[in-house]
Amino acid sequence: MNVKGTVHKYGDNVDTDVIIPARYLNTADHKELAAHCMEDIDADFVNKVKKGDIIVGGANFGCGSSREHAPIAIKESGVSCVIASTFARIFYRNSINIGLAILECKEASEKINDGDEVEVDFDTGVIRNLTKSEEYKAQPFPEFIKKIIAANGLLNSLK
Amino acid sequence: MGMTMTQKILASHAGLPSVEAGQLIMARLDLVLGNDITSPVAINEFDGNGFEKVFDNTKIAMVMDHFVPNKDIKAAQQTKQCRTFAKSFGIKNYYDVGEMGVEHALIPEKGLAAPGDLIIGADSHTCTYGALGAFSTGIGSTDMAAGMATGKGWFKVPSAIKFTLTGELQKGVSGKDVILYIIGKIGVDGALYRSMEFTGSGLRSLTMDDRFTMANMAIEAGAKNGIFDVDENTLEYIKGRVDREYTVYKADADAVYDEEYVINLGEIVPTVACPHLPENTKPASELHDIIPDQVVIGSCTNGRISDMRKAAEILKGKKVAKDIRCIVIPATQAVYKECIKLGYMDIFIDAGCAVSTPTCGPCLGGYMGILADDEIAVATTNRNFVGRMGAKSSKIYLASPEVAAATAVAGHIVSPEEV
Repeated sequence: MNVKGTVHKYGDNVDTDVIIPARYLNTADHKELAAHCMEDIDADFVNKVKKGDIIVGGANFGCGSSREHAPIAIKESGVSCVIASTFARIFYRNSINIGLAILECKEASEKINDGDEVEVDFDTGVIRNLTKSEEYKAQPFPEFIKKIIAANGLLNSLK
Repeated sequence: MGMTMTQKILASHAGLPSVEAGQLIMARLDLVLGNDITSPVAINEFDGNGFEKVFDNTKIAMVMDHFVPNKDIKAAQQTKQCRTFAKSFGIKNYYDVGEMGVEHALIPEKGLAAPGDLIIGADSHTCTYGALGAFSTGIGSTDMAAGMATGKGWFKVPSAIKFTLTGELQKGVSGKDVILYIIGKIGVDGALYRSMEFTGSGLRSLTMDDRFTMANMAIEAGAKNGIFDVDENTLEYIKGRVDREYTVYKADADAVYDEEYVINLGEIVPTVACPHLPENTKPASELHDIIPDQVVIGSCTNGRISDMRKAAEILKGKKVAKDIRCIVIPATQAVYKECIKLGYMDIFIDAGCAVSTPTCGPCLGGYMGILADDEIAVATTNRNFVGRMGAKSSKIYLASPEVAAATAVAGHIVSPEEV
């Protein structure tokens, strides 16, 4: 599976409170959540994000709350993949469980700039930066996790 | 190869003789927990995927605590959805207004967590029950839905960092200072994906409330779980609360740890985490120029009876400084009643504090104490991220109940021995 999109770049420790502030957690509606995605770190994100775009963060992306509303808001915004040098563990498993593709790659996290066009191949873990003509290698998912993402989430994979 | 305490609990719940770090396992769950924010998402997933029964209605807990008593119509709808689900599936441990408390104070108090348990909760601070020698970890709503349906969860077996505690806490220093000190040392991702295992002769001087506070904030160092050796204090705490069999696990003598820290508790001073990360720690005595608009004493981190006692001892006969709003939130109904019985309620109110029914409320910027632009809070809560307690430009300083109460009286951040 391949995805391609424009990058929205952020720093280290992007927490789930800035991805989806708790003041919006009085709903579980995916569209309402997406309308406030990244609001406290990038108020313009919802206006500029396009289907297929990619978020790139630094270390410990998604730290903080266990709110699945965070990966849900990102996925519902149309984001096709999140790349970071490391992810906070609850965000990591929540993303896999809802079928949002995420990849850990320190080199990609450091070298990709905001606005770069990037293509990701999930089978090989190769991340291609089309703007800078560079390639970075992430660890591909283990089979167990590939199965969950391919089924579009954990519950589908249990059926 | 020997196993850590966490690995032993995971192995036994996966039905395996042993496990090692990095291994992916399916394990049996002793308790699946959710709250009024995360349960609705789980219920939608549960219903949407056509599950018709829960694996065990005695092993699911739902605690309405984040925006409850309902802060607005939408929050009321979410609670209603949980209440309806709990009724239709006969969920035994459903806690609503009048019985509920902040979940991570309530669950141990009700005896729903025991040594050796494997507990998942759709709330990141579920790691709190590690204080009892259980493996407990935060997960999301989909994991909660899957857990409710199947009684199982998938885990990647973590490696561990060993914290050997020695010495004794100084007066005015408590579990909050210890965990802030540790997070300051290792960073907010210092324990990423790993267990934090606490052991050593210093444990003796840590009360169960100290341990709950420390295990609670393991997630703030990125840890999968925090876990304490079981000792007399633990057994004393669960006596009369846990009425089922449990297993006490101990790490093997040859267990392998990624790292080991030896921490002399006697060297730790009252510590504060400055905006906007829990790792930005400084001694309280160096922050005299910070003048808060609000002080919050409560939360799943520090809303237990000993936290109330520490605050009351400092506030007794004193007044909250002019221009500071001090909000005290006992974490459960039992703590609330105890505050009345022991006279703490009079102390708080006479000092000029507002005292609330149990709720997570302001900790996550829900309600009951939201900050305006540029306002500053000193809070006994667990996160000081941007906008966590209100306006994006507001700031949060995390502290112990002693520091928070002393600060409320002094009008600026101080160490408790300074008032």
